[in-house]
Amino acid sequence: MSMPAIKTEATAVAVPTSSPTAPAPVVTMTPKQAPRAEKYAKMAKEVAARVVPPLIVLALLMLFWELVCRRTGSTLPPPSRVFKDTKELIFDPFFDNGGIDKGLFWHLSASLQRVAYGYSIAAIVGIALGTLVGQSVWAMRGLDPLFQVLRTIPPLAWLPLSLAAFRDGQPSAIFVIFITSVWPIIINTAVGIRNIPQDYRNVAAVVQLNPLEFFSKIMIPAAAPYIFTGLRIGIGLSWLAIVAAEMLIGGVGIGFFIWDAWNSSHISEIILALFYVGIIGFVLDRLIAGLAKVVTRGTALN
Amino acid sequence: MQAYLKLDHIDKTFTRGNATTEVLKDINLTIEKGEYVSIIGHSGCGKSTLLNIVAGLTGATNGGVLLENREVNSPGPDRAVVFQNHSLLPWLTVYENVKLGVDKVFASTKTRAERDAWVMHNLNLVQMAHAKDKRPSEISGGMKQRVGIARALAMEPKVLLLDEPFGALDALTRAHLQDSVMALHQKLGNTILMITHDVDEAVLLSDRIVMMTNGPSARIGEVLEVPLARPRKRLELATNPGYLKCRQRVLEFLYERHRFVEAA
Repeated sequence: MSMPAIKTEATAVAVPTSSPTAPAPVVTMTPKQAPRAEKYAKMAKEVAARVVPPLIVLALLMLFWELVCRRTGSTLPPPSRVFKDTKELIFDPFFDNGGIDKGLFWHLSASLQRVAYGYSIAAIVGIALGTLVGQSVWAMRGLDPLFQVLRTIPPLAWLPLSLAAFRDGQPSAIFVIFITSVWPIIINTAVGIRNIPQDYRNVAAVVQLNPLEFFSKIMIPAAAPYIFTGLRIGIGLSWLAIVAAEMLIGGVGIGFFIWDAWNSSHISEIILALFYVGIIGFVLDRLIAGLAKVVTRGTALN
Repeated sequence: MQAYLKLDHIDKTFTRGNATTEVLKDINLTIEKGEYVSIIGHSGCGKSTLLNIVAGLTGATNGGVLLENREVNSPGPDRAVVFQNHSLLPWLTVYENVKLGVDKVFASTKTRAERDAWVMHNLNLVQMAHAKDKRPSEISGGMKQRVGIARALAMEPKVLLLDEPFGALDALTRAHLQDSVMALHQKLGNTILMITHDVDEAVLLSDRIVMMTNGPSARIGEVLEVPLARPRKRLELATNPGYLKCRQRVLEFLYERHRFVEAA
């Protein structure tokens, strides 16, 4: 056994380097456990530093809006009017009088459902196609020019074509969501796959991972930061597209709700709906960002 | 004598467009079981390419590699590589990085519990068991390389290939790791092929030093036996005449007869 030899070497090297720094941590250890209240106060301060500035800006904007739109003859209602007009909608989002006369919750959930379907298909197809394009030079040469052209087509331009193909609003809307959000997912996944360091491929080769294991154990984790960038752009775009698509296909959905409000000149309801659309778009984006953080375990940049 | 690992008339030519570059020319080398052989040469002489050929990561243009009289031309765990920049997968823990290879190599021969014990055994060998749940970004460069060594050892390779394993480390850490590798070699009796550009490292660790001429068309210029008894002690060797003589020979080869032209 030659392990002791290593050990003595280890200590021999370690002693001179660690001895000058050793007393320092001992000194700092004592105040570390001290007041817990101080820690909470510090945390509250940090939260306040992040929350207070946007709240102030919001309040100022509301004030400005109120002052501008208060005049008689103003085309848009001030915030106070908006709140008064839409109080019922805000406090009772769950009513359902049949047809399209439903609470905002039902409209939003119908829209979210379409986005969930379209976006899930886009995520699966996008990651699969992106992997193919990133991995195979010939697939890239064949498909990439096509993708580059197709991705520039505005989402709504697809709607008549999909209505013609599916002859129904629901699948058409889902298709529009899919076709809108799939491009950034494909392109980012492909970039991620292409950027996998040769070292990781060498490791996989030495260990003799089969293609399936290589895909799940090396490719997906290594490309995950890129894939999630694509997924985040995708969810944003699909939420952008759903409102426009629903305005045209009608039925239940936040897009149609807005269009319907415009047709009945309920400007306040439009403003309320826009507020909800914004909040939900933000939450969706945060959701994907949070998922990315969990999945890549914070090693994304390493 | 029966050769364990044999590099047989290896040529390597790279072709890019119309330009062809001959990197290696007629490399012949036989390595015995348990032997520690270093390949030394100036940067760009193709020594890493040679190691990649042995690992099976790059194909030879002519000639081939024989391991126990069987040709090897694709990568495999019987020729595990310790990469220069450790190449640990950043999304796996230290334990999982080692386990990746173990699960593959011993999928049918060891039970789950045995594989787990084997991973821990190898982490213990390199004194990294304490950090088994850490991620590569949380440990130092020397520690990463230790894990890299454990990952390679855990595959029970017939030949261990070290690609400038200490090149990216500071001098103190490097010396420390060299001692560890020496002890492991002593204990486990691995056959090791190491690429290096450090003369002291080559003399300290190797049984034989293969000196390569400058590229293009790099050849084996000279092979030097290092007749120093093991276990070797770094401090005692510093004044050992045999050690100094070997060191002198390699230095002469590298800096007098085959000076790196572009470096001047």
